[in-house]
Amino acid sequence: MSVIESLPRLRAPRPDRLIPWIVPLVIVLLWQAACLSGLVPARVLPAPSDVAIAGWKLVKSGELARNIWVSFWRAGIGFLIGGSIGFGLGLANGLSELSSKLTDTTLQMVRNIPHLALIPLVILWFGIDETAKLFLVALGVFFPIYINTLHGIRTVDPQLREMGRIYGMNDRELFRRVIFPSALPSIFVGLRFALGIMWLTLIVAETIAASSGLGYMAMQAREFMQIDVVVLSILIYALLGKLADSASRALEQLTLSWHPAFQNH
Amino acid sequence: MQEALRFIQPDAAIVDGPDFVERARSLRRGPDAASYGLALTIRGLWKSFGDHQVLRGIDLHIPAGQFVAIVGRSGCGKSTLLRLIAGLETIDSGTVSLDGQAKLGGQAKPEDVRVMFQEARLLPWARVLSNVEVGLGRDRKSLDAKVRAGKALAEVGLADKRAQWPSVLSGGQKQRVALARALVGGPKVLAFDEPLGALDALTRISMQRLLERVWREQGFTAILVTHDVSEAVALADRILVIEDGRIAHDFAVDIPRPRRRGAADLAALEASILRHLLRSADDTSIA
Repeated sequence: MSVIESLPRLRAPRPDRLIPWIVPLVIVLLWQAACLSGLVPARVLPAPSDVAIAGWKLVKSGELARNIWVSFWRAGIGFLIGGSIGFGLGLANGLSELSSKLTDTTLQMVRNIPHLALIPLVILWFGIDETAKLFLVALGVFFPIYINTLHGIRTVDPQLREMGRIYGMNDRELFRRVIFPSALPSIFVGLRFALGIMWLTLIVAETIAASSGLGYMAMQAREFMQIDVVVLSILIYALLGKLADSASRALEQLTLSWHPAFQNH
Repeated sequence: MQEALRFIQPDAAIVDGPDFVERARSLRRGPDAASYGLALTIRGLWKSFGDHQVLRGIDLHIPAGQFVAIVGRSGCGKSTLLRLIAGLETIDSGTVSLDGQAKLGGQAKPEDVRVMFQEARLLPWARVLSNVEVGLGRDRKSLDAKVRAGKALAEVGLADKRAQWPSVLSGGQKQRVALARALVGGPKVLAFDEPLGALDALTRISMQRLLERVWREQGFTAILVTHDVSEAVALADRILVIEDGRIAHDFAVDIPRPRRRGAADLAALEASILRHLLRSADDTSIA
């Protein structure tokens, strides 16, 4: 009690920032207590302290940084490729009737194939090198971005479009001042979905077909019964996911400050 | 009442005399000012949507600077007429011309005609001032754009809201920003499509006074579509009643301004216009 009370005063002027971390902290403490008391055998779940020690070893050997970097790079590049194609096609199909007629039906068909079902095919095509992982991440990220960009542009208030026309905006201005800002909240929804799918795809791809990266590290640890490293990998995934989510939230705050939902925060 | 008017209208001296309109006109921006309204002439205007004929042969001349109100029951075609004047719909047949320059369907000079709608139609992602700047059309990149937008905002009494987001404004304030946006480019014709329809009664009255004031100051030709006959009577020089796509009645309102709400002559005119509207409503319900 006294610890929690004195924490905000000690560290941050914004105690509400610390509130979300109380639950994870309590879970870790309970987990440590359960392991120390022997309630949970170390073969099933190592104590957080053991995971931390395993993590420290990997940090010292440089293995952890290398694997995180590899995974991060794959996620980022795959996201950039799939995201920009999805964004581009979403814009094109939202703005052009012809483009939409030409491609939308095809894309909706492909969308219904779970992209992870393509893993056997992808391994046959690309083996287990980088291309396979980038392809899967890009494919997974593509659809949420595409669909939400398209939706955002299709739902622009026609009254605002008409207003823009009355005041003499040309197509470029209309896009920049009316259509794009109006579609932005929807695009962000797509972005956050895509970030989740990005990590999911990468974990699965690295677990099945890789020779480096966090997923590979976890699989390798399983072979040698290093359960602390397995748990460490899972925790790192959680942290990286949280990081990506926070980044997109910060971007939202920055660009959607006009939106009633983002005021008074 | 007179006190209230003085409060709203700082240059109340010009409203006191009987010939205030003439004097107000002489106070406008000089004899050759671009802010004078344009005359509007409509000949043989027809418009249909699918099988439904909305307008059937409208002939109308509106002199420069006149304030015309168009009333009629819903679905009579009054909003369509306004949208045709503003170039927002294509004309089936007939002409709409501004100062003798005919335009068919498209809009020859979009900066001459501005429209204010029932919804403010502000960009929620732009601050109040940049929303007003939108009204400058192609001039919005000019150096004095902000100054002009600021002046227009001050004109509608919202100078202190320039840095706000539209979402924090009240309905009446949003409409005033929309009015500033319509005014900032110095329109020759200003068309209002039920601009006060969504406002509460008190806000509506103060908005009516504001509309009358800016119209007198700037001298544009005003066309107000409304279902509120008392609003038409309070503001307009002339009231057109539209029935079944035609102009059924054309009333001149020669009641001097400032008009006092609830005055006997206004009430009598309002009653007679309402009688016309209701009679035709009864006719159609019997038919």
